[in-house]
Amino acid sequence: MHKKTAFEQIFQIKGGDFINAGEPSIKIRNILKDIGIDADIIRRVAITAYEAEMNVVMYGQRGTMKLLVTPEKIVLHIQDKGQGIEDIELAMKPGFTTATEEMREMGFGAGMGLPNIKKNADRFNIRSTIGQGTKLRITFKVK
Amino acid sequence: MTLDKIKELLNCRVLYGSHKLQLDVKSAKASDLMSDVLRFSGPAKLLLTGLTNIQVIRTCDIAGICAIIFVRDKIPTAETIELSKKCDIAVLVSNFSMFESCGILYSNGIKGVTIQSIKQ
Repeated sequence: MHKKTAFEQIFQIKGGDFINAGEPSIKIRNILKDIGIDADIIRRVAITAYEAEMNVVMYGQRGTMKLLVTPEKIVLHIQDKGQGIEDIELAMKPGFTTATEEMREMGFGAGMGLPNIKKNADRFNIRSTIGQGTKLRITFKVK
Repeated sequence: MTLDKIKELLNCRVLYGSHKLQLDVKSAKASDLMSDVLRFSGPAKLLLTGLTNIQVIRTCDIAGICAIIFVRDKIPTAETIELSKKCDIAVLVSNFSMFESCGILYSNGIKGVTIQSIKQ
């Protein structure tokens, strides 16, 4: 794959939509399979995309997830319009959560999402503004 | 061990996936927390859970799990079964509790997935 032919696609995520949550992540997984990316990298990207997507569904009003694939790397950009994260350091602590009962009933909201994302990524950046939303940039090396 | 043998050991009903009963299962995960299923994403092909919503199927699809046993006689929702068909993930129901199910499978040689066994 040449740099000029890098693949890019944007997926919409709707806050509170627990029924369709996960579909964009599964599409991303399938795209990477079609491209012929290494299975271990696909697994890490898919898990990361899904965790990030669930965070938007749970805490954001709406958001987008952009997949960028170049010969060197895979990048996920996730941004949401939402309440934002007050203390990012605290949010990164395994087990810390502000989840509601509904989120927990879905099997999420245990405070493992962001730590899981960080663990699976090669590079992870998070920025958040209270009352506006959160942006994640997650990078995976392909080679 | 085949999924068929597991079905027998846990007295399961098959709601979807009779064609997958010859699946060879060496290890399993058991959790009602989907983030834990994603976190310990080792080689397990089987999940035991008491959670029956649609996100269980999506989590298994993402984590590469091919079969689910719903414990405590929990019947998944219609939309959960529909999605399992679409993703081709076998769905079984056991009337054993989570503890009993895990104990029976472990004592019959099914291994768990630990952090140590996963390539970090």
